[in-house]
Amino acid sequence: MTQQPRIRIRGLKKSFGSKVVLDGVDLDVETGTSMVIIGGSGTGKSVLLRCILGLIEPDAGTIEIDGVDVLRAKPHHQHQIRQNIGMLFQNAALFDSMSVLDNVMFGLRAKRRAQSKPLLRSEMQPEALTLLSQVGLDEAVGTLSPSELSGGMQKRVGLARAIAGHPNILFFDEPTTGLDPIMGAVIDGLIADCVSHLGSTAIAITHDMASAQRIGNRAAMLYQGKLIWQGQASELMHSGNPIVDQFTHGRREGPIKTEHPL
Amino acid sequence: MNIFLSPFVHLGRSTLSILQRVGSIALFGLKGLSGIVRPPFYAAIFGRTLVEIGFLSLPVVALTAIFSGGVIALQSYSGFRHYHAENAIANIVVLSITRELGPVLAGLMVAGRVGAALSAQIGTMRVTDQIDALRTLSTDPMKYLVTPRLLAAIVALPFLVLIADILGVFGGFTVAVGKLGFTPESYMNSTLASLNAMDVSVGLIKAAVFGFLIALLGCYHGYHSKGGAEGVGAAATATVVTASILLLTFDYLLTDLFFTS
Repeated sequence: MTQQPRIRIRGLKKSFGSKVVLDGVDLDVETGTSMVIIGGSGTGKSVLLRCILGLIEPDAGTIEIDGVDVLRAKPHHQHQIRQNIGMLFQNAALFDSMSVLDNVMFGLRAKRRAQSKPLLRSEMQPEALTLLSQVGLDEAVGTLSPSELSGGMQKRVGLARAIAGHPNILFFDEPTTGLDPIMGAVIDGLIADCVSHLGSTAIAITHDMASAQRIGNRAAMLYQGKLIWQGQASELMHSGNPIVDQFTHGRREGPIKTEHPL
Repeated sequence: MNIFLSPFVHLGRSTLSILQRVGSIALFGLKGLSGIVRPPFYAAIFGRTLVEIGFLSLPVVALTAIFSGGVIALQSYSGFRHYHAENAIANIVVLSITRELGPVLAGLMVAGRVGAALSAQIGTMRVTDQIDALRTLSTDPMKYLVTPRLLAAIVALPFLVLIADILGVFGGFTVAVGKLGFTPESYMNSTLASLNAMDVSVGLIKAAVFGFLIALLGCYHGYHSKGGAEGVGAAATATVVTASILLLTFDYLLTDLFFTS
């Protein structure tokens, strides 16, 4: 008997007006897998993640997490399932009205509140500081506000907040966008460490091929609303699929047509 | 499309669009208010917003009220002296401040200052994914962002209007005594004789309704803003314009409800 995938998506469709973004996406993500989804801008990668998270309602299809169809589950059940998902947003999405430490503690507090085990600030603070050090940030950073941090530091804080609740599923939305190559590699390393440390299942979406290979052990490409290729992340640069190869090598000529050629 | 029917089609579409927007705002408000009785309640955010709306709006509301009271005293004096009715000035100041100008001016000041700020705060959270981040952290954005702000505005506005009433009357008193030659005793006696608990109470009820409307529109437009900084700016503008119009509309309706009969 084969093991049930942790995340199973079938026939997922989503349109915005007349623009079809997801056109019947099928995807299985096995437990403990780090799946990287690549694709051009506007191909629906973020929409796919947001549908799984419940931030966008798809038009059709099913999304199963641990065998439960989350789109048709009762709201409290959906809520329970989604409590176990952590998300690192593209721009980190830190709460700018709070200090860095409060942002991380928000992640801790949210999980505890969901378990009806509220913690005092003094009890959460050491755990939040440990999380900050886990992502390579000094204690002193905790007192700063998010606007005082560089992009890389914001991503680290976002990562600390995302893993604060010990989620068993983690999503990363373009985690290295806007970072220099060294900082990108650092963030990828932290993501890979966190995923393996927590034993989580992860989905990351990215344009960055180096990042895709550092984070993922499986990869898929989204093109024109469909997953056109799935394989090992190590095969990304020589997939044998002309669309994937054009994208991963950044060639202008090939089956992918740019919408607005110069 | 038939050229003669075209205006009716546009009219129908516009009417439907307006009704849809009104329904959407009403449902948003009900959902926000329902958070008061459904835990968790975020008391810290309520407290912070109460200070932002109530305490930090005090200077602008106070100045507006003092000068309005003074202007009413001056204007009514220049009109009433032709009929030797100067003694009615205190009555006019008290009535106009407690019934109308206190709540309306405080409401408009808060709509400009707080409505736009609420809209910009929540709008920025929307366009920078902070609202989505709340949801991924098991936090209902309506309960976290909207409920405490609605409640804080409902509580803060009557407090501000009470202060505006006192300072507005004081403004009239200062002008009447300092410039128009009234004695403090006679002006105060006329003021106290004109003061009616019903007028003050209705003013405070109006203030609570205005507070609800300002916070509701600020939260609604911010929550539904899109398109980056431009969208946030548009949301803030829409909040101030719609809140000001609705405030004056509800002022008329409440006045009609309480005073016509």
